[in-house]
Amino acid sequence: MRFDVAPGPHTAPIASVPLTMRRVLYALAPAALAHVWFFGSGFAINFVVATVTALAAEAAVLRLRRRPTRVPLNDCSAIVTAALLSFAIPPLAPWWIPAFGAASAIVVAKHLYGGLGRNLFNPAMVGYVVLLISFPAELIQWIPPRMGDLDYQHLGFLAHLTYSLTGALPADVTIDALTRATPLDLVKEGLRSAQTYSEVRAGSLFGGIAGRGWEWINSFIALGGLYLLYTGTIRWQIPIMLLVGLLFPATLLWLFDADRFATPGFHLFSGATLLGAFFIATDPVSAAESDRGRLIFGAGIGFLTYCIRTWGGYPDGMAFSVLLMNSAVPLIDRYTRPRIYGRD
Amino acid sequence: MLEYTPDRRPTGGLRLPAHKEASTAQPIARGFMPRTLVLALQQHQGPPTTPVVRRGERVLKGQVVARARALRSAAVHASTSGHVRAIEERLVPSVHAIHRTRCIVIDADGEDEPLPPGSGAAWPEDPEEQLERIRDGGIVGLGGGVFPTAEKLGPHTPCKALIVNGVECEPYISCDDVLMREAAAQIIDGALIMRELLAAPVCIVAVERDKPQAIEALLEAGRASGDASLKLADIPTVYPTGGERQLVEMLTGEEVPSTQYPSEIGYICQNVGTAYALHRLVRAGEPLLSRIVTVTGEGIARPRNVETPIGTPIGELIEFCGGYVGDVDRLILGGSMMGYALPNDEMPITKGSNCLIAAVHREVRQDFSERFCIRCGNCGTACPARLLPQELLRAARDNDHALLDEFGLNDCIECGCCDVICPSHIPLTEVFRNAKFAHARYQRQEVFSAETQQRFKRHEERKRANVERGKARQDHLIHEVETDKAARQRAIEAAIERARQRRCNDSDAE
Repeated sequence: MRFDVAPGPHTAPIASVPLTMRRVLYALAPAALAHVWFFGSGFAINFVVATVTALAAEAAVLRLRRRPTRVPLNDCSAIVTAALLSFAIPPLAPWWIPAFGAASAIVVAKHLYGGLGRNLFNPAMVGYVVLLISFPAELIQWIPPRMGDLDYQHLGFLAHLTYSLTGALPADVTIDALTRATPLDLVKEGLRSAQTYSEVRAGSLFGGIAGRGWEWINSFIALGGLYLLYTGTIRWQIPIMLLVGLLFPATLLWLFDADRFATPGFHLFSGATLLGAFFIATDPVSAAESDRGRLIFGAGIGFLTYCIRTWGGYPDGMAFSVLLMNSAVPLIDRYTRPRIYGRD
Repeated sequence: MLEYTPDRRPTGGLRLPAHKEASTAQPIARGFMPRTLVLALQQHQGPPTTPVVRRGERVLKGQVVARARALRSAAVHASTSGHVRAIEERLVPSVHAIHRTRCIVIDADGEDEPLPPGSGAAWPEDPEEQLERIRDGGIVGLGGGVFPTAEKLGPHTPCKALIVNGVECEPYISCDDVLMREAAAQIIDGALIMRELLAAPVCIVAVERDKPQAIEALLEAGRASGDASLKLADIPTVYPTGGERQLVEMLTGEEVPSTQYPSEIGYICQNVGTAYALHRLVRAGEPLLSRIVTVTGEGIARPRNVETPIGTPIGELIEFCGGYVGDVDRLILGGSMMGYALPNDEMPITKGSNCLIAAVHREVRQDFSERFCIRCGNCGTACPARLLPQELLRAARDNDHALLDEFGLNDCIECGCCDVICPSHIPLTEVFRNAKFAHARYQRQEVFSAETQQRFKRHEERKRANVERGKARQDHLIHEVETDKAARQRAIEAAIERARQRRCNDSDAE
C-alpha cells in the first residue's frame, strides 16, 4: 500500500494565533460589561467604532501592500487592539477619537513596521499616545461612575450615540456637568496642592481601595488575567514583575510617608495597572523574547509607571512606560539570551 | 532498590497527549512469524556488515548471515529458518531517513528451525571477548539510535553511572513500557551485566511516572536481585526527557558539552530493550533476532505490541495486527514527534524500528499554512536545548550562517516541541533540518574556499619566485658575458654545441 508523506513532527499543533486572540477577547468581556454598567454605553460605541476602523484600515493597508487579506483579518488581532484602545479612552468621546486612534495603531504602529509580528511598539498604546498628545482636551473627559448614591447626570444610549456622532448634547445638559476628573487625577492634583492622601480620598468618588466603579472593573480585568494565565495564553513573568515593579516602590514610599504617597492598593486598582499587567505589556510581539528578559521588561514598565504617576506630568503612565520599554526590547533581548545546553 | 532523586526538573519540553492506552491494553503478542525476511546489512551506526551466505542457501534461525568486521558494527542473523532468495539493494528505513542498502532476502520455510543446541560457546570471562560476543550477537541500541552496544560498553572514560533508559516519552510508543511490565527481571539482569562490564559504581533505571506498572515490576525485580548499586528514578512525564542529553542533565545536573557524547563525560545510556537483548544473549546464547514493535494508530484494527522478527516486512506486521481500518492518512515509523512518514509498507522492520503508527486524518498535523511569527517565545520556553527557535528561524531564512552558529543551529535535537507549540504553525523543525544541511554545505564550502585561496596564494608566490630566479640568472649571465672574454667564448661554444646536438638529433629522426 502507498501513502502520502509529510515532514514531521506529525503531532497536530496545540495552539493558534486566532485562538490566542479570541481568548484575550473572552478575558476582556467581563471587564467590558462592568465598564458599560458603571460608565454607560460610551465604551460600547467606542469599541464598535474602533473595531470597524481597525479592520477597515488593516484591509486597506494589506490591499496596498498587495498581501492576502483573509488570513490576517480573521486572526482577531485588530479587534484586540481596538478593545484595548477602547479601555484607554474616555466613554464620552466624539466618534473620530477611537477612529483616529485605531487607524494610527493599525497603520502606523503595525503595518508601517511590517504587520503582525514585526511591530516594535504596542499598537494600542501607540494609538492611545497619539490621541493623548494630539487631542488632550477630548481625552480628559472622563465621567463619574453610575452609583445609586452619587448625584451626577448620565446619558442614555441614544444621547451617548448622538454626542459621539454629532457632538450635540441634550438641551438641558452641559459637558461640564457630565465630566469629572478620574481618581488618579484627583490624587495627583490633591497631593500637588499639599492635601494629604487621606483628605483626597475622602471624596465621594473613592471607595474602599481606589475609585468607585474602577475597583470592580479592575477586579474583572484581574479575573480575565488569571484566565489567560490558567489557559497558558500568557506567562507569569511580565504581569507579576510589572506589579512588583509598581507596588514595591509604592509600598516603600507609602510606608515612608502615608500622607504624601498613595497606598499600594490604590495604585493596584487605579488606571491601567491591571490592564497593563495582564493585557497590554503581555503583547508578545513587542515584549522581550526570553523569560529572563520578560522579568526585566515587566519590572521596567511597572517602575516607570509608578515614577510617571508620582512625579511625571500625566496622571497615569502605563502607555508611555510600555512604549519606553518596547524600545528597550532589542537591548534586553541581547543581554538575556539563555545559555544554550552544553555550551559555555 | 533505592529511589534516585533527579537533580533537576526537565528543561523545556511539553506535556503531550500520550496515545499509549490502545497498545498497552494487551500483553505483548508473541510467536508472530513472517513469510519473508529482508535483512539489511547496515542496521546500525557504523560500517556495514559482510554477507556470509549465498543465494539459495538454507539458513537456520539464529545463524549469522552477515558478519561484523569492526567493533563499531554488529552482526546480522536470520530471525527464522528459510532459503536465501537474493542479496540485493533495497530501500530500508534507518534512524532519520530511508536509505538504499544491500539486503539479504530470505523466504521463510515456516519450520522456524533453530541452530542445533550447544552450538554456542559458553559466555567468556575476558571482557574483550565479551565485547566481541556482543558485537557478534548483533546487539545495538534498541531505543532508536542503533549505536553498536559493544562499542558503547567498551573501555571509556571512567564511567560515573550507567543510565538505563525506560523513559519512553514520545507519544504512541509503548514497546519499552510493556517490556518493563513483562520482563523486568530480565531487564535488571541485563543492566547488571552492563554495569559489570563498565565497572560503573551505580546503575540508574529511569522511567516516566505515567508507567506505574512498569515501575512496580522494576522495583520488585530490583529488590529480588539484591544489588545495592541499582537505583530507580521516576521522572516527570514531559517530552523529550528521554533524550540522552536531556536525561543526563535532569538526573545528574551535568550538561553534555555541545560537541561530545554523554560517554565522554562518564555517563552511558542504554535502552531497556537493549538490556533485555543482552540478557538473552548472555543467559540463553540467543543473538538479537527480534524486537518489540508498537503497532498503533486509529488506522490499525488491533493495536498492540508485537515481538517482531528483525527483517519482517511492515505490511506483514500490519496484517498480523488485523490490517488497516478506515482511511489511513499517514504511515509513520517512530513516534508522532520524531518519527517520519513512510511512502509504502513494503520496507522491513529493522533493529531500530520501535513503533508504527497508521494514522487517520484527524490524528496528524494537516494545516501547513503558516502565519507570521508573533514572537510569543513559547518555542524558546519549550526548547529542551534552551535555543531561541524564533531567532534561529530568522537566521535560517536569511541564510545568515554566522548567526546560525551563534544561535546554536547544530545544538537543535529536532524534537519538534517548538513546532507543535507554535501558534503561527511555522514548520520550525523542517526549516532547521533543511538549514542544517545547508549550513554543513556552507561550512564545507568555506573550508574548501579557504584552502583554494591558500593554494592560489602559494602558487602565485612560487611563480613570482621562479620569475625572479630566472631573471637573476639571466642578469648574471649577461653581466658575465659583458665583463669576461673567456666567459663569452664559453658561451659561444656552448651555443654551437647545442646547435650541433640539435642537428644530429634531427638527422637521427629522419
